Amino acid sequence: MRIRRSPDILSSEITDQDLYLNRRKFLTVAGVTLGAALVGGKTAPAFSALPPSMAVGESLLAAPSAFPNLRKSPLSASESPNSLRDITTYNNFYEFGTDKADPAQNAHTLVTRPWTVRIDGEVKRAQSVDVATLMRWSPPEERIYRLRCVEAWSMVIPWVGLPLAAIIKHAEPTSRAKYVEFTTLNDPKQMPGQRRGVLDWPYVEGLRMDEAMHPLSILAVGLYGDILPNQNGAPLRLVVPWKYGFKSGKSIVRIRFTEQQPATSWNMAAPGEYGFYANVNPAVDHPRWSQAKERRLGEFTKRPTLPFNGYAEQVASLYSGMDLRKFY
Amino acid sequence: MKSLAAFKAALFVLCLVPLARLVFFAFTDRLGANPIEFVLRSLGTWTLTLLLVTLSVTPLRRLTGWNSLIRVRRMLGLFAFFYACLHFLTYAGVDQSFDLSAILADVVKHPYITVGFTCFVLLIPLAATSTNAMQRRLGGRRWQLLHRLIYVIAAGGVVHYLWLVKKDITQPLLYGLVLAVLLGLRLWWRRQPARAAFSRPPG
Repeated sequence: MRIRRSPDILSSEITDQDLYLNRRKFLTVAGVTLGAALVGGKTAPAFSALPPSMAVGESLLAAPSAFPNLRKSPLSASESPNSLRDITTYNNFYEFGTDKADPAQNAHTLVTRPWTVRIDGEVKRAQSVDVATLMRWSPPEERIYRLRCVEAWSMVIPWVGLPLAAIIKHAEPTSRAKYVEFTTLNDPKQMPGQRRGVLDWPYVEGLRMDEAMHPLSILAVGLYGDILPNQNGAPLRLVVPWKYGFKSGKSIVRIRFTEQQPATSWNMAAPGEYGFYANVNPAVDHPRWSQAKERRLGEFTKRPTLPFNGYAEQVASLYSGMDLRKFY
Repeated sequence: MKSLAAFKAALFVLCLVPLARLVFFAFTDRLGANPIEFVLRSLGTWTLTLLLVTLSVTPLRRLTGWNSLIRVRRMLGLFAFFYACLHFLTYAGVDQSFDLSAILADVVKHPYITVGFTCFVLLIPLAATSTNAMQRRLGGRRWQLLHRLIYVIAAGGVVHYLWLVKKDITQPLLYGLVLAVLLGLRLWWRRQPARAAFSRPPG
């Protein structure tokens, strides 16, 4: 596969170097402070009592930065990311309420440590693994991606993500595995939004195997070089940048390999409006609104939406011969 | 008379509070990550709220016997129109950058916009005929008939909201419920005119 950076970036879209360095500095200082607070506090001795697999993940918190020596990726967009504030206060995460300001208010009730993910279905051996294990299977990288919501707004987000392909290889799916299904935690005590039947809980999303194996697909564990905030889907959130945002299953507790196409949440809730594929496509309108343009948060005028959210060169071949009007 | 003037003045100021709030939020960076959407939604819900407030004047008069309330109804209706104008201008100007072909396509292709736009257009003749002079020119009966359009407009406003919401329809249903009560009361009173107005045990 050819990996190409988008050639026509306006200079105004590139983050100023000073700003960028200052932000790094701030994040490092914040990380040190957080780490020092944790080590200096009463919680420190508890780390040593953790099982070895957990200690890897936990020790990251005490390090100067949550993800030291984070590898940058040629797959990152070179556009300027949205602010941490925008990314963490404008979220569709119905498990914490249907207003986009709700998750930032309510997601503190989610306990993300310890966290285990069940890997089962069409695999050689079903197993439960923690996040630290997944991070060993597939080391974190910085991935700056565009996110296009089906509601016609978009952001640029500097994720810290684990390439999904490496995780799938470690999971050892059998030859019968054609799809991957991602299930979100279902616990109304931690997720108050689940006390209302807005969607059929738990939230389920899915990908075709080749989509899941694509180098762009990641499981996000961090944001802006730090641990992923709860409202963004901590501790583990699917990110598939050429698809509408609702494909990003959040707070994932189960990865199941299946022979049949999984039944996914929004598709079940309104099949005429949200398809299984949900590839960003300016030519196919949502029945109730246009998808031709989008508002990039922070910008005044709308910009045209690009096919596959600007990742056509990398992913369009996955869908050659498919009628994208039918498989929306 | 004096107390009514004071009440009306207070109500006038109160009706400006939603707009003042948006201006205050704009200057203090409180409109959130998507300010245009925030302002658009806020103006829309206030339009609907003021339509419902206008529609509650008649039932309130009847329930409280405070007949002077009729004197503030025109002002409330004009405020609903004022917020509808701001809502439409925010949509057409700020959200769509006055791109006429895009707006036209939106109005034709997307039912919630079709309904919302129709309601806005229907409000215009009501605002235009709100003066005493126009009321006289039209004659009471015709004027009243024309102004019954507000029932259609308010219902359209609720549908506009309902059709735009992705999944959680609690808010539009609440507006719909209030509207149903306001219109239901009218129907109820209509069916028993004698008893409601002059009920007195038969001597």
